[in-house]
Amino acid sequence: MDPEDPGRGADGRDRGRPGQGTTPDATPTDAAQPTPTPPDLPPDAAQPTPRPPDLPTDAARPEAAPPSPAPAPEAAGPAGNGDQDRADGAPGTAVPLLSLRGAAKSFGAVHAIVDASIDLYGGEVHALVGENGAGKSTLVKILAGVHRPDSGQLLVNGTPTVLHGPAAAQDAGIAVIYQEPTLFPDLTAAENIFMGRQPLRRGRRIDARRMRAQARALFERLGVRLDPGRICRGLSIADQQIIEIAKALSLEARIIVMDEPTAALSAAEVARLFDVAATLRASGAAVLFISHRLEEVFEICQRVTVMRDGRQVLSRKLAGLTADDLVRAMVGRQLDDRAADGHHTPGDVVLRVERLTREGVFTDVSFDVRAGEIVAFAGLVGSGRSEVARAIFGIDHYDAGSVTVRGRPLRGSSPTGAMAAGVGFVPEDRRQQGLVMDMSVQQNMALASLGRLRRAGIISSKSERNFAADWALRLRIKFGRLTDPVSQLSGGNQQKVVLAKWLGRQPSLLIVDEPTRGIDIATKAEVHRLLSQLAGNGVAILMISSELPEVLRVGDRILVMREGRLVAEYPHSEASEETIMSAATGQLQGQAR
Amino acid sequence: MSTTLAPPREPPEAPADLSSRRLTERVFRVRETGIIAVLGLFVLITAVIQPRFVSSSNIQFILVDTSVYALVALGETMVIISRNVDLSVQSVLALSAYLSAGLFGHVHGIPIPVVFLVGFGIGVAFGAANGLMVSLGRVPSLVVTLATLYIIQGIDILIVGGNEVVASSLPSGFTAIPNVTVLGIPWLAIAVAAVIGIGAYYLRTFRSGRELYAIGSNPEGAQLAGIPVARRVFTAFTLCGGIAGVGGVLWAAQYQTINTSAGGNNFSLIVIASVVVGGVAIFGGSGSPVGAAIGALLLGTINVALDVLGISSFWDQAIAGFLLLVAITLDRLISLRLAAALRKRSAHDGT
Repeated sequence: MDPEDPGRGADGRDRGRPGQGTTPDATPTDAAQPTPTPPDLPPDAAQPTPRPPDLPTDAARPEAAPPSPAPAPEAAGPAGNGDQDRADGAPGTAVPLLSLRGAAKSFGAVHAIVDASIDLYGGEVHALVGENGAGKSTLVKILAGVHRPDSGQLLVNGTPTVLHGPAAAQDAGIAVIYQEPTLFPDLTAAENIFMGRQPLRRGRRIDARRMRAQARALFERLGVRLDPGRICRGLSIADQQIIEIAKALSLEARIIVMDEPTAALSAAEVARLFDVAATLRASGAAVLFISHRLEEVFEICQRVTVMRDGRQVLSRKLAGLTADDLVRAMVGRQLDDRAADGHHTPGDVVLRVERLTREGVFTDVSFDVRAGEIVAFAGLVGSGRSEVARAIFGIDHYDAGSVTVRGRPLRGSSPTGAMAAGVGFVPEDRRQQGLVMDMSVQQNMALASLGRLRRAGIISSKSERNFAADWALRLRIKFGRLTDPVSQLSGGNQQKVVLAKWLGRQPSLLIVDEPTRGIDIATKAEVHRLLSQLAGNGVAILMISSELPEVLRVGDRILVMREGRLVAEYPHSEASEETIMSAATGQLQGQAR
Repeated sequence: MSTTLAPPREPPEAPADLSSRRLTERVFRVRETGIIAVLGLFVLITAVIQPRFVSSSNIQFILVDTSVYALVALGETMVIISRNVDLSVQSVLALSAYLSAGLFGHVHGIPIPVVFLVGFGIGVAFGAANGLMVSLGRVPSLVVTLATLYIIQGIDILIVGGNEVVASSLPSGFTAIPNVTVLGIPWLAIAVAAVIGIGAYYLRTFRSGRELYAIGSNPEGAQLAGIPVARRVFTAFTLCGGIAGVGGVLWAAQYQTINTSAGGNNFSLIVIASVVVGGVAIFGGSGSPVGAAIGALLLGTINVALDVLGISSFWDQAIAGFLLLVAITLDRLISLRLAAALRKRSAHDGT
């Protein structure tokens, strides 16, 4: 980074300020911790000077400061430092960059986390997994300085630290990339990166040109094409995350927390993100990677911490573990992974889409969905899958083609018409489009069935309650009371509420867009079983999913879209991840990566 | 990863999408050029029908008349950019007008700048009260300032009662403020334009100014980014109050007879209308005080133009309302179009 940047010095950033107020009582992990310096030394002595994360693109990388030697780029095997819990690349004598010990946090009567501990070493990507409600988000928010733990201790570079707010976390070198990035849509990419820390010129004025140049340099280091002067409104989630990562780089963050960063990304974007994570790791930073996709965890992480019910249940080197081991640790039992009883014999055609076209979005899309059949729509994000679904349901208009449901043509641009024809639509973004977050569980469930629940124009809350209780039972939705706002439920249960809302109308065609995004594994399996059951009952299902294992597990037939066109169709028996991906990316196998 | 086969990475290119920047810049400039065009059209039509409208004395009148609105719109812009609103500017202005002008009667030979300072101070006090309740009390600003609008009005009636400050008690140097011209342009308009220019420059080039935009653009994100949201919002309200206080002093200089109805019943709403017509997004995050000032000028011009054309002032308000709808519709359309255009671009770039 620019050493002359006056903005940086003006921050008054000092990392590892000795925190006041944390209890110095020894937690069980303390004994096992190879802390080379007594905790009461002055911070300057006890703490290695944090180095800016030089990326390997800078060819001439100086050797790291003594206490945190640069990690071996790949698994170089420190072999025999006697510490099994250590990451491949983590140096044997290093103090963890960050260490949370025995943290507990309650919100009212709810114990979000009870005993959470985690050690993050420089040069590792550390996975944090657990079901929804296991306390991962609370842990993230503690690291982000949003929540303060009720008890327990946070050490940054071996120094007890209290984070008094997000700014303090930033100063301590912790950057958090949230699942849904928190950008300022009206401001430019460069401003988003440097907000509050803009490079200054004479008179404390913002040096816009230098800010843009620095942002451009960051994007180049990350290997992405983004215009620093671009307004952020309308950026894809992947690009928004890139901006957040660029911000973390510019902060010279040593600890980067990524909270489900891949949930909304396409395969190519995930690959790009993983490259970035590897780069950060090679620079000696610690990355905490949270994901529900275990295959991703195995791909990029060296160590893993599993949480269940607010406690750490496992924290060790990933090598030697299998996905089954992790799942067992997460759910505490063996999981039946198979989607019910496999696949069904399709009946009559329920949905027929012919030559559907919307200028510039999708072209000439034709396919059928039969009763009792699950058709999975695969493809990269942005290939036009969701847009086709929205056009079928009448949210977006289309320019040419036709949609027929059970032999009767659907008039375009009318969700009401689609609903009357027996179509249900579970949208991609449940928080924005699927639910009214401030309304209660039962109100949300009844929302699509108000016509049926109405007596003389009035909706009695009793019939609403009966309706909701019935569906809650059938879908095994977990909630406090039916009158609680739906925002209090976990992601998986929220998704079930959206499903219940549409199932209550007994649709003959159900369109589900990314039905299990951000949902934990156990609930995911339940949703899959549920879809399978529905198909067994003769409902035609069109499922859009970016997760190939899900597409392969659930889909009876798999359609692949690329750049707005339907490019391939596979029966369940012939599809594989490779065939789908090569169709979706338009490449021959083996050519990529 | 087993599930993904990445396409070959595109080499990082230098900003290849300059065209998207040009597009956005063009669109954002349009917001202000659009209203300048409307203003020009209005002047043109009126001048064709009634040439007297573009006489220098009439233009001077419009500029002076608009100055106070444009000035107060500067403060209001800062508040609105931060996704808040200040409805109380009109009662702050009225009270400041009475109290500051009254000083001339009570303290003989008081220097005029001191009177302006007093007006500013009165405004700052009320603005700070608004700011405290909004930022620390976390009460929506619409409610807080609606309450203070009435409270300050009540205080005003209590203090002023049936009294009024009359022109004879004011020093001639003070009452001449609106009439001084430089090269035919009212000195007052120049001064106000300069202040607005400074305000716009501040909002654009200083960290705290940009942070106001950030707060309005995404309040939660601002908190997470470590921006001192409460302090910034507090400052915006305080400044807005202070500017309204100065506006009160100017009002006194201009109208010279000050009773409880100084500023009029609609002042706050006209100011907010000017800001929105001038292209400041009502939910914060974008816009500039320059646009707001042009908005004020447009509304002021319409007011005078209808007068000159002999059209009932009923139409004045109807047209102002109509313009407001046009501005909001345009704003909405532009941002939808923009979002769609940008989305299409990232869809093309993304894979």
